[in-house]
Amino acid sequence: MKRIGVFVCSCGSNIEGAVDVCKVVEAMSKEPYVVYAANCKYMCSSSGQELIGKAAAEYELTGIAVCSCSPRMHEATFRKAAASAGLNPYKVEIANIREQCSWVHKDTAEATGKAITLAKAAVSKLCRDEELYPQSFPVTKRALVIGGGIAGIQTAEDISNAGYKVDIVEKKPSIGGKMAMLDKTFPTLDCSACILTPKTVDISHNENVRIFSYSEVESVSGYVGNFTVKIRRKARYVKEDLCTGCGLCAEKCPTKNVPNEFDLGLGSRSAIYIPFAQAVPKVAVIDPDSCRMLKDGKCGLCSRVCGAKAIDYSQKDEITEEKYGAIAVATGIDPIDVTPFDEYSYKNSKDVITALELERILNAAGPTNGRLVRLSDGIRPKTVVFISCVGSRCTEEDERGKTYCSKICCMYTAKQAILIKEKYPDTDIYVFYIDVRAPGKNFDEFYRRAAEKYGVKYIKGMVGKVCDENGVLTVKAADLINNEQMMIGADLVVLAAAVEPDKTAKALASKLNASIDGNGFFNEAHPKLRPVESPTAGVYLSGACSGPKDIPETVAQASAAAAKIIGLLSKNTLESDPCTAHADELKCSGCSLCANVCPYNAITYIEKEFRMPDKTVKIRRVASVNAAVCRGCGACTVACNNGAMDLHGFSREQILAEVDSICS
Amino acid sequence: MQKQNGTELKNKAKQLLQNKTVDRVAGFCAGEFAYDPSPCVFYSAEEIEENMIYDCFCSPNFSKFLVKETKKPGRIAVFMKPCDTYSLNQLITEHKIDKDKIYIAGIGCDGMVDVFKLRNKTGSAILKASCDNGALTVKTPDGDMTFAFDEVLAERCLVCKSKKHVYYDELLCEPSFETDTGRFDKVEQIEKMSADARYEFFRSELSKCIRCNACRDACPACTCETCVFGESSSGAESRENANEFEEKLFHIIRAYHVAGRCTDCGECSRVCPQRIPLHLLNRKFILDINRFYGVYQAGETVGQIPPLTDKNESDPEV
Repeated sequence: MKRIGVFVCSCGSNIEGAVDVCKVVEAMSKEPYVVYAANCKYMCSSSGQELIGKAAAEYELTGIAVCSCSPRMHEATFRKAAASAGLNPYKVEIANIREQCSWVHKDTAEATGKAITLAKAAVSKLCRDEELYPQSFPVTKRALVIGGGIAGIQTAEDISNAGYKVDIVEKKPSIGGKMAMLDKTFPTLDCSACILTPKTVDISHNENVRIFSYSEVESVSGYVGNFTVKIRRKARYVKEDLCTGCGLCAEKCPTKNVPNEFDLGLGSRSAIYIPFAQAVPKVAVIDPDSCRMLKDGKCGLCSRVCGAKAIDYSQKDEITEEKYGAIAVATGIDPIDVTPFDEYSYKNSKDVITALELERILNAAGPTNGRLVRLSDGIRPKTVVFISCVGSRCTEEDERGKTYCSKICCMYTAKQAILIKEKYPDTDIYVFYIDVRAPGKNFDEFYRRAAEKYGVKYIKGMVGKVCDENGVLTVKAADLINNEQMMIGADLVVLAAAVEPDKTAKALASKLNASIDGNGFFNEAHPKLRPVESPTAGVYLSGACSGPKDIPETVAQASAAAAKIIGLLSKNTLESDPCTAHADELKCSGCSLCANVCPYNAITYIEKEFRMPDKTVKIRRVASVNAAVCRGCGACTVACNNGAMDLHGFSREQILAEVDSICS
Repeated sequence: MQKQNGTELKNKAKQLLQNKTVDRVAGFCAGEFAYDPSPCVFYSAEEIEENMIYDCFCSPNFSKFLVKETKKPGRIAVFMKPCDTYSLNQLITEHKIDKDKIYIAGIGCDGMVDVFKLRNKTGSAILKASCDNGALTVKTPDGDMTFAFDEVLAERCLVCKSKKHVYYDELLCEPSFETDTGRFDKVEQIEKMSADARYEFFRSELSKCIRCNACRDACPACTCETCVFGESSSGAESRENANEFEEKLFHIIRAYHVAGRCTDCGECSRVCPQRIPLHLLNRKFILDINRFYGVYQAGETVGQIPPLTDKNESDPEV
């Protein structure tokens, strides 16, 4: 016999403000199978949970319906309360009478009516709830970090320090990411390479860490605790274990004029190259698009000069398959393409550059060996104009840019201005800004130092146009504070380009079944309370893949993601949510439609023997759901024409019973 | 008029049996009337010689029939019109037919006769029928009548989507191509109706339904182990429609179930004893899919994934 208890929460005035909770209690107490109905100020409080326990014992309840907030808030709370009262925790249903009722309705009569309807629907579903039990499964004690920038390095370092194995997959030939390209870092002006290199070297010597450089994630299958990842190790045409990184090959290579990616094309490199001096691993790589040997079969010079016999022109991409318990995404950010912003003449003038390009120019290891010169004529610029928010904080309509604030530009602009002033105090520097955003430890002081001590001229207003007339740049802008038009003859214009998620993020998100937002940043499981977890169990977010971040924030998040992963890997077994799909084998016709739509690859097919009424045996192909992989999304249940797929805890019968209850 | 003549098919069938390519051959034998040849399976050259026929009334799509046939031991040969091979591909994709157990001989087709149309035109019993030189001659108690082939061709043939065999082991005709015959014209006409007129059109058509389930049983996309409309727990088990709602329910649910998988073979309308143009519902779905997701022909290749059950990296995130 079903004996159901209904608990109606007032949620202070959140629910009571619009819903007459007493009426809901009264109406529900008259419903079939309901033996107890009560109201409580806060159901989630300890007294509310005690009420559940007491009523469950006194009235011998077999199921509990709680009319309260969204199940995302407190379903787990009430399931625990039911479990401690001796009930199966899956015999609990929530009627959301807050977010979906009291918060959106003003009229008490209407809201109360709707609350009763929702409560009745919950009871209808509850009457058809089955007892469910989670399964437990083991955890692979190794983590994968995707991306070898400062975020990935930090996450890997922290996980390895806790004694667990970690692999880093980096798509470029060397780890280091954007931070390796920078000159100095704000607000302390540490040399970027000086603080990053010890970490990259350490991680490469860490015996718990393997680095798959020049590699990409090909596919991901499995589930939290048991991911199987295929990694494509791109052919570098150099045997990684033999190459000593001496650089002789690059020196002798006859193809010298390939734009150097690490210098953003400002400098050049040879066809075989080591990306930069502090590269990890320090192993050469051949660019197949410019290598004469690989293109035409004529040359082979690097192979002849290589003392280590490391060159292998026949190398092919290799796929390795690895198992992991957890995955950290550390794919980071890239500056956007500023070429569509015609008004800034970036395409036309060599002396309009992006901030990251300036970073390379200021860097002692960069294309100009750290000398600030114009790329057009090699002369030192006397007047430098910085333009903030290029592509940041754009309107929805402006498809060239982003609506969000890129967060780091104000600070790196101040930093670059200070660096130029320190080296060349006679330089005239203008910074055009919408706002200067400098919240952070010692950030505002740093910006004020640029303006007040170094005399950088901060002008509130946006630049309308940068004109390039025969190599002479004129910046036309508005000074909003003095309300006047400005014309500045500039030698160099620096664009603070917005940042966007790495190009690979979307495809990766799809492989991981992790969700991304409209801008392509990874979504957090909860933006405030679970910022380093993705909604997909076992996938964690490290650094700027979830939104623009500076280095300190990136490192903090990277460590936080590591802490979460260590917590996961420290468990020997995990419990799965039993609300998973299952196929009725008698109805399943093996058509594969469900497998097509399953985002988790949880469905496989088996050939099964069926004994027929006439005692013959029939072999049929039927679907089989891996309960550990299934996340209970229900896509298969609606794709199945046969009506064979159903979901534990959300069966078709239950959903229809809810609909019936609402419609009757 | 069918391009293939019966003798050629007979010889091919006998050859396939004799050289042990197959264990049996599916084809047609004469039915009770001149216009209703019956599908049947032949096991020997003698049976074929004696009973096998092929003419412009041999309309049925044999692909669904192979679902059960291929569960039996041995290999079966089937002669298929181009349109049948689309359904076949779709069934192979859905793992309903094992390719190794079939031998498909593709035969040319210039369309099949719509018996209802013909009977309406003759207005009297058809004693004998023969198609020749682009015309159909029928013998009736009132004398012989001759019709131009286009006058009596089935609607699905008049707007034929393809003369190309998309699956075959052997072609008994010249390879041909897809055709564009404006098969969506009627759907577009219906789309232009007012909502009320459209509702009235389908209401009146579907009100003729006697729930004989012929459309379901003939449809190559209807391959559920247990049809929801046959299951007692569904509350809609095999029985006559109780009201107007049920009349529509059955056909609309069926159209949804086959959406994205329907190859537009037209069997539903062909077998409907009430002459309901059921294929129009499916064709509307196909047209919508083409508009929303790009042109998609179900059954074009083995292994294709229908747009409605597909996902890829470029799908917008919710």
